[in-house]
Amino acid sequence: MNTMSKSSLRERIADFHAAYIRCIDQDALEQWPDFFDEQCLYTVTTSENDRAGLAAGLIWANNRNMLHDRVSALRHANIYERQSYRHILGLPFITGTSPEQVEVETPFMVVRIMHDGQTDLFVCGIYRDAFLLNVDSLKLKSRRVICDSSRIDTLLAVPL
Amino acid sequence: MSDYQPIHWSTEGYTRIPYAVYQNQNVLAEEQKKIYEGNTWNYLCLDSEIPEAGDYRTSHVGSAPVVVVRDDDGEIYAFENRCSHRGALICLDRAGKTRDFQCVYHAWTYDRQGNLKGVAFEAGLNGAGGMPEHFCKEDHSPRKLRVAVFCGLVFVSFSDDVDSIEDYLGPEICFRIERVLNKPVEVIGRFTQVLPNNWKLYFENVKDSYHASLLHLFFTTFKLNRLSQRGAVIVSESGGHHVSYSMVDANDQEAGKQYQDQGLRSDQDGYRLKDPSLLQGFKDFEDGITLQILSVFPCFVLQQIQNCLAIRQVLPKGLASTDLHWTYLGYASDTPEQREVRLKQANLIGPAGFVSMEDGAVGGFVQRGIAAAGNLEAVVEMGGESTSSSPSRVTEASVRGFWKAYRQLMQA
Repeated sequence: MNTMSKSSLRERIADFHAAYIRCIDQDALEQWPDFFDEQCLYTVTTSENDRAGLAAGLIWANNRNMLHDRVSALRHANIYERQSYRHILGLPFITGTSPEQVEVETPFMVVRIMHDGQTDLFVCGIYRDAFLLNVDSLKLKSRRVICDSSRIDTLLAVPL
Repeated sequence: MSDYQPIHWSTEGYTRIPYAVYQNQNVLAEEQKKIYEGNTWNYLCLDSEIPEAGDYRTSHVGSAPVVVVRDDDGEIYAFENRCSHRGALICLDRAGKTRDFQCVYHAWTYDRQGNLKGVAFEAGLNGAGGMPEHFCKEDHSPRKLRVAVFCGLVFVSFSDDVDSIEDYLGPEICFRIERVLNKPVEVIGRFTQVLPNNWKLYFENVKDSYHASLLHLFFTTFKLNRLSQRGAVIVSESGGHHVSYSMVDANDQEAGKQYQDQGLRSDQDGYRLKDPSLLQGFKDFEDGITLQILSVFPCFVLQQIQNCLAIRQVLPKGLASTDLHWTYLGYASDTPEQREVRLKQANLIGPAGFVSMEDGAVGGFVQRGIAAAGNLEAVVEMGGESTSSSPSRVTEASVRGFWKAYRQLMQA
């Protein structure tokens, strides 16, 4: 891959990330599954579990319908206090490329803002992503959200 | 605290709970002495998590830090994680493998059974300094705990008087644990949820079969748990342990009608999963039980929700903070397909769980709600005053059972 195409790929990834976190932080969760391929993997886990090779997640989905279900459960079933996130992302690091997909790691921090205004650092970690390339816009084939912290305060409702 | 008022219980029975019991700093200190270090067994880990000699984990019994480790004789030992010199933690990691333990502060060493074996510069240096000659290492070991393993669960106790683990649990609880842990398990994930409330509010919530289908919509809508399904609540003789279980009856039309008639929030129409495979598991158990929640006083929960198996350890971290340690399990014999079902159904539990998310928050709602009500009481009267087993789950019998066991120990 030459310098030019690598920088344009970086730009596409940056655009994707920006749109993704904007979607969640603006509470447009119904659009959130659209960032994923139909046959995707999305999990939220901790670095401790990741290092130990333990497969279970706080959230574990192996298709896009499960992401839709999570949104509708949050909207219609689950009880939690009104809250929002502010995602701050670091620079994406490309860890592998092939004609079909690119693998990227991107650090994140998420601040949680409760309805009463309380604002705390909620989690930080990395997105370990695999993007599909041979589509018009980038789609996540896989996003493993690996939280550095192994302690989750109260609950994790809104996805990361 | 100079303004300490002893907790006042207004009734003979267990139907009123003074809110002060969740708020008073002295209560927390008393609980450490009388409950966690009293006649109780406290879950620490699975014996399969420390399979080989030298494997250890660190955890807590209430607020007391504890090391649990396997020695060359194959036995498991537990001792307080506190150097007998100045009191520093002996072992800093959550898990590992070691020949012996050495405190980082002054390099005092302990064997795997918690015996003090080495004191750095014990004989001094160049004939000067050192410990007095009469100092006897045998007299200076951190507190040792009794260890009992039941169905692969490692329980420890500070007490020399506590019953054997089998007697402590009682036959019904033993049977219900054996039902789930009847073959080797594997840990498939570990998560910690920090609850913004007193530990007792969470433990009561676990025992509260009344709230399950009212607070948790996910259960109800998908017929995982209706109060009118077949099932029961079992409360141990001591009151401290419980089992709530149910068996799904898909043809139970009448039950659905009862919910609709009451206009309960938890029965909204039109809510369907796009991926219903979440709840399409396989038959793990021949007895048809699809949900079993089991608690062992004061810190252990074993949960089977369909194919989703987990252990929860409940540890106080101050008056209004509780660590809930989740250990997600599969069976060692799982096929890849079965394991995938467990990973999928794990979406039901934990800090982001469709059916357990609310439990992380509701204790905090109580803790905040009672902030100025320290002289008032909670009402725990659903199902009457009894603390015994019941075929109905519209009861708070097991919550009252908790208070029976609790007060018994605290009054001792």
